[in-house]
Amino acid sequence: MALSAVPFIIFTVFWGGVGIGLPIAVPKGPNRGIIQVILMLTAATCWLFWLCCYMAQMNPLIGPALDRHSLLIMAREWGNPITR
Amino acid sequence: MGSLFRSEEMTLCQLFLQSEAAYACVSELGELGLVQFRDLNPDVNAFQRKFVNEVRRCDEMERKLRYLEKEIKKDGIPMLDTGENPEAPQPREMIDLEATFEKLENELREVNQNAEALKRNYLELTELKQILRKTQVFFDEHEGGLNPTESMTRALISEECLARHGTLGSVQLGFVAGVILRERIPPFERMLWRACRGNVFLRQAEIETPLEDPSSVSCINTFILLVLGQTQDHRHRVLVAAAKNIKNWFVKVRKIKAIYHTLNLFNLDVTQKCLIAECWVPVLDLENIQLALRRGTERSGSSVPPILNRMETCENPPTYNHTNKFTSAFQALIDSYGIASYREMNPAPYTIITFPFLFAVMFGDLGHGMVMALFAAWMIFKEKPLAAKKTDNEIWNIFFGGRYVIFLMGVFSMYTGFIYNDIFSKSINVFGSKWTVNNISLEKMNKEKVLMLSPSTNDYEGVPYVFGMDPVWQFAQNKIIFHNSYKMKISIIFGIIHMLFGVSLSLLNHLYFNHRLDIICEFIPRIIFMSFIFLYMVLLMFIKWIMYFPTDELAYIKYSPHCAPSILITFINMILFKTTVVDKECDAHIYAGQMALQKLLVVIAVLCIPWMLFAKPFFILRGQKEKALASHQQMPSAVENGDTEGPLQNNSVHVNGGAVNNRCPGGVEEGVGEHEEDVSEMFIHQGIHTIEYVLGSVSHTASYLRLWALSLAHAQLADVLWKMVLRRGFVIQDWKGGIVLYVIFMFWACLTVSILVLMEGLSAFLHTLRLHWVEFQSKFYKGAGYAFQPFSFETILDSASQTPEE
Repeated sequence: MALSAVPFIIFTVFWGGVGIGLPIAVPKGPNRGIIQVILMLTAATCWLFWLCCYMAQMNPLIGPALDRHSLLIMAREWGNPITR
Repeated sequence: MGSLFRSEEMTLCQLFLQSEAAYACVSELGELGLVQFRDLNPDVNAFQRKFVNEVRRCDEMERKLRYLEKEIKKDGIPMLDTGENPEAPQPREMIDLEATFEKLENELREVNQNAEALKRNYLELTELKQILRKTQVFFDEHEGGLNPTESMTRALISEECLARHGTLGSVQLGFVAGVILRERIPPFERMLWRACRGNVFLRQAEIETPLEDPSSVSCINTFILLVLGQTQDHRHRVLVAAAKNIKNWFVKVRKIKAIYHTLNLFNLDVTQKCLIAECWVPVLDLENIQLALRRGTERSGSSVPPILNRMETCENPPTYNHTNKFTSAFQALIDSYGIASYREMNPAPYTIITFPFLFAVMFGDLGHGMVMALFAAWMIFKEKPLAAKKTDNEIWNIFFGGRYVIFLMGVFSMYTGFIYNDIFSKSINVFGSKWTVNNISLEKMNKEKVLMLSPSTNDYEGVPYVFGMDPVWQFAQNKIIFHNSYKMKISIIFGIIHMLFGVSLSLLNHLYFNHRLDIICEFIPRIIFMSFIFLYMVLLMFIKWIMYFPTDELAYIKYSPHCAPSILITFINMILFKTTVVDKECDAHIYAGQMALQKLLVVIAVLCIPWMLFAKPFFILRGQKEKALASHQQMPSAVENGDTEGPLQNNSVHVNGGAVNNRCPGGVEEGVGEHEEDVSEMFIHQGIHTIEYVLGSVSHTASYLRLWALSLAHAQLADVLWKMVLRRGFVIQDWKGGIVLYVIFMFWACLTVSILVLMEGLSAFLHTLRLHWVEFQSKFYKGAGYAFQPFSFETILDSASQTPEE
């Protein structure tokens, strides 16, 4: 199981803050309701969008297929150069 | 101020205005712009109304102003537009205005006439001068070269005549000289020939200089030119003076005209001292309107205050949403589908976020989103100067009107682009890719061209990339396969949630209108149907993401990629009550008891269909029968019963026409009378709605796949553009490469903006609009209302200033 707790908590807390914390803090005014809805929907959609992307990669059933050049460059640039 | 969630509460009011105060009061109400007057004399011809004369005078004044404006424009004098908004002048000022315009117009016409006369005069004189000059040549010839003329005279004049005149010395021929248009010469010649029976001698000489050309200025010409110049100066002075005020005058005249138009809608009471008006008014603004009326009374110096009475009515009030510059564009998106029914849930507040978000799912690219957001941010930043520059360029007006929509679309596209890890089709590796090359040797690489990193080995770090797509997929050969599976799933997930949200909003509608029957017979079966079938599919997706993982161990083979089920196949088999066929080492079930649960869900969902179809007509029929019985039994106490049967009545009224007020006689009568026809109609109505919903939930779910399709198309198009165009700029070495890259970049940037941002943006916009109008709003939105059109000087002036320019 590959859910790493740290990013999950960070993003959930962040979007939770936007979607729950900020709406409470919105100052009173004629547009309070609209601003609250905007904040809540933004948080909900953005959080879910991030979560879906995260979960789709959590347990990848296929790996990336790369051609030779890409493999070599990737190995060199992202630190594990092929020496043999 | 109400909120945007529902339209404002409206009320019909009756307004009694004293005749003297009416003008001032209506003028104040026009400045306020919160009152919609109703026409109280619809059967009176437009020419027979009370204030026709005044309206006609205003029309006349407007015509004069337009004439002035035309003349000003002809001379290219800048018209001063201070943007100030003068109040509507008092009726007695109208005469002053009329006099001013009359004087101006007359003066202008006179000046124009004089100028014309002078010009004609000048032209004639120039002609004369040219004639003199040309004939001079003729006569010079005549005197100088005597012999040729003589021979000609001989040919023209017969012998005997010559003999007769011979004694008189040289022949004198009469002559006429003049100026003629060049193309008229041949007919003229022919005509002369015939008229003089051949006894004519025509000579022509072209005047080379066009006649208006004052190249040779003689004494008299200078004089005329001087006068002409002075006339022009005078005209210019008049026009410049008029140009300073013309906008102001236009506003004043248009306001007067609007006021009299409105007064024409009013009714005179019997004593002729009072004007009666009926108007729709937002309840929350009643106080403002009272204040405005009081101001109007004070201004007119009348002693009797106007009376504002609230009236009960059966009519559906107009829909009025109080928008500001931010929300108005979103409201316009909703209104172009249909104006909300009175007090119905307004989708606009939710659209503010869901619209840009769904757009961004299709348009996700950090770079393209940034171009869009920066453009919109510029429009927002320069809002005031840009708004002041009124153009009739329609495309620009659309962009400018939707600047906040475009800005949010751009910002959300940046977010989704960041998640997709797409910047002009390239990825960035911010948080460090979780894939490394660990288990591939050079020998292996020499053998095979394309190699797959294995997710079950330490090629994959075990936890995903922190934010968005791992950059490794950008240059993977199987990128599209991976992206398709991911994007299809999110399309369905967000689609189902969007639709469920729409169905939930219908609950708020039913609760607000107190339609208990609709909650039981429509909302509950609908939400059960949707969740038990489609939300379950969404759950399966999450379950698949969690339960199946890459592994090579035989112990976990049931959860390996080899055994991972296809969600689509599982879903289809669930509907068909079939068991998925799998390899023998795999498990046919994702979890224990899956088959039983799925069957239960499908059965309940299918049972919801007859529930939706028959429950509501059945309950209504039963309610009607009970009521009929009750009214037969206790005729005398029918009045007390009225209250207890309120909700039932309400429901029947709702079915027939959606009237909210149950005191209206029409609705109740329809509900009771014409029983037979009503029942069949009710069933047909219900049948259509049920079929629409059931079939719709399938087709609408599929429709959300456009999120995936457009997103894929956008990413691929951007990729192609990069590979086919910009990459060519990188291959040439040396300083020549720089020049080539410079040119190619320009080409690439143009294509990016025109095709990817503008065209793709437009296409994604339209698809998003459809998703909102059809898939989302069909779940709760009736859109059967009509818009509140208040009497407001602002809108009248705006529309008036735009029409003549077209």
